[in-house]
Order: sequence, then structure tokens, then C-alpha cells
Amino acid sequence: MGGYILRRLVSAVPVLIGITVIVFVIMALIPGDPATAILGSYATPENVERLNRHLGLDRPLWQQYFVWVGNLLQGDFGRSFALNRPVLDEILDRFGATLVLAGTAFVLCSVVGIVAGTVSAARQYGFADKAITAAVILGISVPSFFLGMMMILLFAVHLRWLPVSGMYSMFGGGDLADLARHLAMPAIALSLVATGVVARLTRGAMLEVLRQDFIRTARAKGVGEGRVIWAHALRAAMVSVIPVLGIQAGFVLSGAVYIEIVFQWPGVGRMLVDAILRRDILLVQGGVVFIAACYVGFNIVVDVAQAWLDPRIKT
Amino acid sequence: MTLFLRLLFRNRLAGFGAVVLGAIVVLAVLTPVLPLHPPNATDTANRFLRPLSEGHWLGTDHLGRDLLSRLLWGTRLSLAVGFAAAVIAAVLGAAIGIVAGYAGGRTDNVTMRGVDMLMAFPYILLALAIVAVLGPGLMNALIAVAVVNIPFFARNIRGVTVSLAHREFVDAARLSGLGHIRILTTEVLPNVVPVIVIAMSTTIGWMILETAGLSFLGLGSQPPQADLGSMLGEARGALITAPHTSVVPGVMILLIVMSINLLGDGVRDALDPRLRSGALARPMPATLVDRPAPPPPTGDGLLRIEGLRTDFRMGKRTGRAVGGVDLALAPGECVGLIGESGSGKSVTALSVMGLVPSPPGVISGGAVRLRGEDLVGAPYARLRALRGNKVAYIFQDPLSTLHPLYTIGEQLAEAIRVHHPVSRADAHARAVQLLDDVRIPNAARRAGAFPHELSGGMRQRVGIAMALANDPDIIIADEPTTALDVTVQAQVLRLLDDLRRSRGLAIVFITHDFGVVAQLCDRVAVMYAGRIVEEGPTEAILAAPAHPYTARLIACVPELGGGRRRLEAIPGLPPAVDALPPGCAFAPRCDRARDACRAGEIALEGATRRVRCLFPVAPPEAAR
Ligand code: SF4
Repeated sequence: MGGYILRRLVSAVPVLIGITVIVFVIMALIPGDPATAILGSYATPENVERLNRHLGLDRPLWQQYFVWVGNLLQGDFGRSFALNRPVLDEILDRFGATLVLAGTAFVLCSVVGIVAGTVSAARQYGFADKAITAAVILGISVPSFFLGMMMILLFAVHLRWLPVSGMYSMFGGGDLADLARHLAMPAIALSLVATGVVARLTRGAMLEVLRQDFIRTARAKGVGEGRVIWAHALRAAMVSVIPVLGIQAGFVLSGAVYIEIVFQWPGVGRMLVDAILRRDILLVQGGVVFIAACYVGFNIVVDVAQAWLDPRIKT
Repeated sequence: MTLFLRLLFRNRLAGFGAVVLGAIVVLAVLTPVLPLHPPNATDTANRFLRPLSEGHWLGTDHLGRDLLSRLLWGTRLSLAVGFAAAVIAAVLGAAIGIVAGYAGGRTDNVTMRGVDMLMAFPYILLALAIVAVLGPGLMNALIAVAVVNIPFFARNIRGVTVSLAHREFVDAARLSGLGHIRILTTEVLPNVVPVIVIAMSTTIGWMILETAGLSFLGLGSQPPQADLGSMLGEARGALITAPHTSVVPGVMILLIVMSINLLGDGVRDALDPRLRSGALARPMPATLVDRPAPPPPTGDGLLRIEGLRTDFRMGKRTGRAVGGVDLALAPGECVGLIGESGSGKSVTALSVMGLVPSPPGVISGGAVRLRGEDLVGAPYARLRALRGNKVAYIFQDPLSTLHPLYTIGEQLAEAIRVHHPVSRADAHARAVQLLDDVRIPNAARRAGAFPHELSGGMRQRVGIAMALANDPDIIIADEPTTALDVTVQAQVLRLLDDLRRSRGLAIVFITHDFGVVAQLCDRVAVMYAGRIVEEGPTEAILAAPAHPYTARLIACVPELGGGRRRLEAIPGLPPAVDALPPGCAFAPRCDRARDACRAGEIALEGATRRVRCLFPVAPPEAAR
């Protein structure tokens, strides 16, 4: 197992290099003078001049790339001129909030999606199956930002069960219960689409597995139907569900951008959108590289989980 | 094509999606000629009018603009942008995919690496980065969404192209000296286009959603122009005071995306042949039973199969797999059930414990009596208590019949624990003991192995050990040696024979190989087209087969294990189960057939030897 993890880590290096190259190339496409673009149109000529020298923008492109990556590796993501603080500090301040939101939504979509898909397959064509299938179709079609708004109207404005937005109460909050109350709506809104996708995939995988010979063997042994479904079949179905969970993590991370705006959640998604509207290019660049790297890391975790589940992979 | 459309519309949801989407598209196309308020005409005196107000069916927004008009214009814009993004992504993605797939080698490798890199981003990050560079705006959002979706198309199309690039017609075109461009446009492209269209139909909903999302964030369409996303974004400020301004565009996005998804699902289902045949149905815990009434018991004994009928019901078609089988098994006896594949021998065996997959299997008549207790139609809980406990199965090909993700020790221990309340440790110890009993060397260590780590012969021993786990009275072995090579086969047979004698097991041994029967079985029943055609003591039948079919089978088998290939030496094929001829089912292949054979039902006659034939090779009386 250790060897596998190591190999998987090594194989992530080219991906990370690719990510930095792509981001760098996109940023190099900025029309006009990059320093002006970074500093905004109010920049003084001295500032532009200084930034050009600081970023090494007078050098050839490939040298710029290596300078940039070198800086990244030393934790220097540049400086946000709009916020007047290092990009990395800003990202790290915001990242925790996104991690809480996206992590909760990811756990929700995995657990609810897998359970719903399994029930759906076990009761194929029954009432539960039809109800779940209908919910899935609705779930994967509703835009998460619209759903979030409707949830605010219903649960925060009309029923007054939950706070409208934010991560903690302004006054007297800050404990875990307070966080949970603020987290409930955004996490559910964020998880819904992914839940639908996971449920649908799990149902398909389960139906596929339930026709396999080893399921018949389990039944012939006298294993009860509950165990046949939830242990034998689900375990085998997970082999095709887990990779999709990795993909869904990307969707959840993406959807977090909308949800953070709707619920005014102080995370990196909102930071990125604000930065784009302010043309705070270095903050966007740093944020994109940082999140993409985290996503690559998470996919390694997914692959390792897959290898742990399926002993046929290791060889 | 008409079949495709029929299938599509038989799916009511897809039909509903098509109708809704059609209506929306028609409205969007007609928007310029409809009598609407100008979408951008502000009227601050009439801000936030509620729906159904005078002159404004859906009310007005925060600037007093007519919502209905803005909704339709916004829909038009959103559909156009989403569609444009889909087309751009499809064209560029397909171009990359086709070139990479067709060129192969280095080009393919490098291109697909690049595509993989793009896929390593959570999709919106890339879109945000692109918008950040180009600046907010609808065109830029469109470009961003298109670019983000290119990898998806490139991947899919490449896959299809690779499989096409080595087909005969492409090779032929290449040999006939056509240029690459010609081949790509005339041979490859026409075959790839349907895939592109399907991929588009499943992703266009996403692209509409994604562009709406960017607009919602304020990064897409800029005021006063508005698509559905930016309408929703602008309305957010008044969410609490005037919720209808949010609900109207939001519901429209929902309707568009949902109708496209429903339609896309319908297209996919209509194209998937497995869904059409219903083969994706999940088998239930026990075979369905639909029989008039159980026949009266005809005697006693350990196991009596009496007049068993099992059908496969697929839609309106019914195939009869087992057409009235009678078979008795005494304690400690070994009975062989022999026949070609499709003769119904396995279905007979699986029917005993209700293990025929249903749907489509249905037991439609007869009884299976275990010590007098009828198992057909017995409650599931009763069947479950007997399965593996009193009647155990050994299946063919243990690589697919053992669970790939549990160790064999776990699987054996489970077999014990479902019937006996013993601790984990005890069950494990017993599992190791069982492995030892079936002569697996180094049993304690092997218990920790996964099925794929064992050889075929080892795996089959595990299958036998599992059947023995609860000391059953009866073992039903369904071709347990077919997947093995001849020496291993002989070892496994010897093992089974020893176990039978030492434990007093009764065995039903299913095979197509008379050599195996000769070695192991006291009695043998020969099945053809779902019925027993001859039955009796093994030696007697081997010495003087009465049924012409049996005679052929025996003549084909010179020695143990050589049976498989020889069996096909009988000219002709067994009849399809749903197209049985009247009279003797073997008549079309029988060289003794006369008109009388095809006239009507032929009974299975005789006492210790029974035969279903009007003109037997050797009369059973003579052979006795
Ligand atoms: S009944 Fe007639 S056709 Fe059938 S096996 Fe006997 S001889 Fe042949």
C-alpha cells in the first residue's frame, strides 16, 4: 500500500506542472500590458514599472514561468494590490470556510446519494425507486444558486428556522451549534446536484452488480437479503462509484462559488469572484492554482481509497 | 430511426421533456414578433408589481421593467448562448478527438495528456480564470464555458475514433490511396457525428446552466442586456421583498435544464439495447412462483422434483426452460443430470432453492419436496434458512461466483455464521478447517487470500468447502469442473467422491460430460429441451442407451474429460426454448424419426429405467 501511495504521489507531479503551465498560459494571454492589468487602470507609472521588474515581465516567457513556479514553491503567491496583503495569506484565511462548506456537502452527497441509489436499486420499479428517481431528476436540474435562494425564502424568511446567511452569528455566536445552523442550508443546496448524480450512478452500478454470479452465490449460501444488498452488492458497486465521487468533489468545489455568493459564506469562491470583478489578477491566479492543487491531492486520496477497497488494483 | 422515435416517446418522461422544451424553444424563437413590452423600458413608478398585475402578467422588476418580456428575451439569450457554447465545444473537442484518435502514437499521447490536465481542474475554476483574463461579458462567458467543455468531447470522440480507425473500411480506404483528409471526412466523420450529437444532447443542459451561473455571478451578460442568470443575479437583492422577480427566471432555468435532461435520458435509454430487452432488471431474492396448485406428492425420499416447470417471461414472450421434470434423490445418492447447454439442467437445479433469477424466471408448475416439504412457493425466510444449510450449491467458474472483494476466509466464515451463532474467531477457525478438508495446502495462510490470487483448481476447492460449511444433506453441483483442465478436474472429482462417501452426502451433479457421470454417479438423467428423455442406473444406460440422443452422447465420449468438443458433433442444434416442435423435441436431429414421433406428446415410460422415445435404440426391458 505504501508503495502505491508513493507512486500515486509521484504521478501527480506532472499533473501539477501541467496545471501551473495552463494557468500561466491563460494569464499570459491577458491583452495589453500585464502589469497595468494587474494593478488596474488607476495604477501610477512608477508602480507599473516596479511591478514589471518585480514579476520579471521584461524577461522571456519561459523564464517568467520558472520564476513564478519558483516563487510558488517558496510559498510566495504574489501580493494582492487591492487588498494590500500577500495572496497566500488571503487564500489561507478563506480556505477553511470553503473546506467546511464543501467538505460537509461532499459527505452529504456521498452518504445520501449512495444510500438513495442502493434503496432505489433494491426496490427497482417499486414506489421508493420511482420517488427517488423523480427526486434525482429534479435534483440534477435545479441550479444550486436558485435552490439556495428559495431555501433562504422558505427556511430563513418564512419559517425563521435558520439564519439567512453568513458563517457565524454577528453577536454571541461562534460555537459549533451556531456554525451548524449557518451551515445547514448552504451545505444542502450545494450537495443536491452531486447527490442526484451519485444516486443515479449507484443505482446503475447496483443493478449491474446484482446480476453477477457472486450475488447468486451469496443467496445460495443463505445470506439474508439485507446483507446481500448492503454488504455484498454495495461493496462491489463501490468500485465504480468511488471514481465518480472524485469527480463530484470537483463539482462540489465548483458549486461552492455560487453558494458562497448566495449565502455570503466567507470562502475562496467568493474571494475569486470579487477578485475577478476587481481585476485582482494575482489573487485569481494564486487562488486557481491553490484550489486545483488541493483537488489533485483529493483525487489521490480517492485513488488510494479505491486501491484499499479493491485488492485487484495493487498489482 | 422510426423505432428510435417510438422508443423515445414510449418513455413518457422523455416525451414530456420534448414537449416542454419544444414549447420553450418556440416561444423563444417567436419572442421578437410577440406583442410584448420592450424588455429594457424602465418605469420606476411601477416597480415590483406582483404577477397578474394589469398589463404585466408576471409583474415588474426593480426598475419597473416587464418581467414576462424580460423572461422571454432572457430565455432566448440563454438558449442561444448555451447552444453556441455546446456547438463550439463539440466542434473543437471533436476535431481534437478525431485527430488524436486517428493519428495515434505520439500525437495522440501528447494531446490526451493535455486534455487530462484540463480535466484536472474543477471545471468552474478554469472558466473563472478565463473570464478573469478576458474580463466579464457574455461573449467571454460563452468562450469560457465552451473551452471548459472541450475536454469532455475530445475524450469521447477520441475513443470512438480509435475504434473506427482500425476497422476494415478505413483500412480499405487507406490502401486504396485516399488522403488522410479524405478518409477523415468521408469515412470517419459520418460515423462520429451521431456520437457528437448524443454527447451534445447530454451536455447542452449543463452549458446553459453554466453560462447562467457565470451571468448570475455578474461575470456574464452585462446590464441592460440580461439572460436568465443575470436576471436572477439582479433579483437577488430583492429576494425577500419581491421574491417573484427571482422565482420567474429561476423556474425557467429549472424547466429548460430539466426538459433537456429528461430528453437526454430518453435518448440514451432508447439507444441502450440492454434497457430495451429488460436485461437490467434486478433479480429478486427468490424466484417468482405462479403455479395453479401443487401436484400431489408421488412418494417420499430426500428430495423429489415433481412435474417442475420453469418459464422465462420476457414481455409478452414466454420461453419454457424446464417443461415438466420429475427426479428423485435418495440420501447418500449421486444423480447425474446431463445435457447440452440450454437443455434446462441448470435451471432445474436452480429452481430447487428458488435461485433462478426473476425477472425473467418464473416457476409455473410442479413441486420440489425436501423430506416432504414443498419448497416451491415456500416463504423467503424458509428458503433462506435451508439454502446452504440443508441444500448447498457448487457453481461453475468460481472466479465469477466468489465475491472478488472478500477474502476466501471471510466468505467461508460468513457461510457458517448465517446459519450458526458462532463467534468470528470460531467461524474463522472452522473456515481454515474446511479449507484443509478440501486439501488446500497451507490453509491458514490461504484463508487471507482473495479469489483472484488463487488458481482455478484452488478456487473450485474453495467453492466445495463453502458448500460443505454447514454439513448439508444435499449438494447441487452445477458443472463444477467445466472450467478446469483435465488433471485438476480429476482431482476435484475424486475429492467430491471421497467427501460424499465419508459424509453421506446426496449429490445432484450437473454436467454435459458423460465421462464425469460415469466416474461419479449412481444414476443419470438425460435432459433435452427442458425435459428428461432418459433416466436410469448409470451402468445400465452406459452399457445400453435406449434413447437415440443418449446413444449419441455416449458414442461421443471416448474418455473422461473429452466430452465438450465431441458433444457438438451431433448434427443440428437443440430447439429454441420458445419454439418447441410438437411431439418429440429431438425429432429434427434424430435419424430414427418417423411421422409418429412428430404427432404428439410422448410419455417418459418405464420403471427403474425410463425413456421418452417411440422407437428406442435398445428397449429398456432388454437392457435390464
Ligand atoms: S421419439 Fe422418434 S424422433 Fe424422438 S428420439 Fe425417439 S425415435 Fe427419435
